[in-house]
Amino acid sequence: MSASDDVGIVGIGIHPFGRHPGVAGLEMAAVAVRASLADAGVRWADVDFAAGGSDAAGNADTSVASLGLTGIPFINVRNGCATGGSALITAHSMLCSGAAQLAVVVGFDKHPPGAFNPLPEEWGLGSWYGETGLMLTTQFFALKIQRYMNEHGITPSTLAKVAAKAFRNGARNPNAWRRRPLSEEEILSSRMVNHPLTQYMLCSPGEGAVALVLARGRRLREAARPPVYLRSVVFRTRRFGSFEVFSPAIPIESAPSSTAEAAVAAFEQAGIGPEDVDIAQLQDTESGAEVMHLAETGLCQHGEQESLIQSGATEVGGRLPINTDGGCLANGEPIGASGLRQVHEIVAQLRGEAGVRQAPGPRRVGFTQVYGAPGVSACAVLSR
Amino acid sequence: MSAPRVTPVAEGLFAEVAGEVRLIGSECCNCGVVTFPRQGSCPRCTSVDVRERLLSRRGTLWSWTIQCFAPKSPPYALANPEAFEPYGVGYVELAREVRVEARLTESDPERLSIGMPMDLTLIPAPGGEAAGVVTFAFQPVPESGG
Repeated sequence: MSASDDVGIVGIGIHPFGRHPGVAGLEMAAVAVRASLADAGVRWADVDFAAGGSDAAGNADTSVASLGLTGIPFINVRNGCATGGSALITAHSMLCSGAAQLAVVVGFDKHPPGAFNPLPEEWGLGSWYGETGLMLTTQFFALKIQRYMNEHGITPSTLAKVAAKAFRNGARNPNAWRRRPLSEEEILSSRMVNHPLTQYMLCSPGEGAVALVLARGRRLREAARPPVYLRSVVFRTRRFGSFEVFSPAIPIESAPSSTAEAAVAAFEQAGIGPEDVDIAQLQDTESGAEVMHLAETGLCQHGEQESLIQSGATEVGGRLPINTDGGCLANGEPIGASGLRQVHEIVAQLRGEAGVRQAPGPRRVGFTQVYGAPGVSACAVLSR
Repeated sequence: MSAPRVTPVAEGLFAEVAGEVRLIGSECCNCGVVTFPRQGSCPRCTSVDVRERLLSRRGTLWSWTIQCFAPKSPPYALANPEAFEPYGVGYVELAREVRVEARLTESDPERLSIGMPMDLTLIPAPGGEAAGVVTFAFQPVPESGG
């Protein structure tokens, strides 16, 4: 890739995650976009392309009523947990093609309390699947980690350590929702939700918004801030044989997950390997997901997570810090915003601007991964 | 036969054949892949040449969990959340066929373990108990005792 093809992130903005009664998702989106523009030192009128979306909080493009009616193309994306990743891919492609010079991506959402209640008919499944109590994302994650623990020797203590780290990191993140540190003991002894996952090992649907400003060419060279380059961003659906959420049956022959396939392609396109990654944000809708995604993305071997996590390697001060902003566990999961929150945190960390949760030492390469129903994943490689 | 009248939770999921309940899957005539529920095309080789196949009644527990909270309704059919009782859910591997997700009759985590033998049965469907609506489930196979 030549320098003229480079795409960089030159501005980031976030609306705090959590619960915000009376504040619409679209209002949060506008707050995040304005913050990202201010960070980039540009005006909305300078932006020549936008993409964004939410799962349950409205059409992103209607935010132009608040941001300004400048006539730019604004593509709405609604792609489950990969909504943010898909918006990012859309903007990245537009910039790489030369069709745009300065783009904004925005992801936001607002969900009611409690587990998600997707309807089977919207996922190509018979209504019986939901009626008989099989259509729950928490169940899938429990079934997947249960099998994984059995195959790879992961212990409940490691699941608790992942959650304890998330809440410790969340406590140091002013934009996080859950900011009270919890001990391993509190996590293990909290209410059982889906064996082996307890209440504090699972994230909750929530609210929040994130926006990024991306630039290429002259806009990139003239950026007010040193850019963080978006080296690649890749999206994959599931292949035959992978074990994914909302599956009434799974094949006996196995295949890599959508996450594994997206990660391999993202590293290949970036020309950067998983061994080069200095810091990562992985989808941790529950603590087992972070454990499994560590290996699926190639950041470690299957089974190696037990020693990695027990030794503290994934802590903010460790060799490979994971989810330094508290991840989904401490931030909750506003579906449309989660993927871009990960990128927001990586940019902050690579800039060295993450404040009290800044990972020490030089951090050059960052990685993000989101996963969602019905087996989609988006991965990105970023570097200074 | 004098079996009580029951109504399946959905058509085409399972059937009683020779006095035994069987799951109705499909088998690809091109590559042999078995799917459940039955579908009109093969997810592996994309062929549309598939035929119905009755699946094995016995298998082994591939993974399991206990659903400890009442799922939201809809889509869950239970009308009264106060009456909710935790239930087991698992994937049961039917040898050389497919791993099927199902309710388990067992909800005690101490009595479930990966690899244990299971067989197919019917249970009252949530919310349909009074009307005699049933769904499929797997139950642990009692130890033969030698």
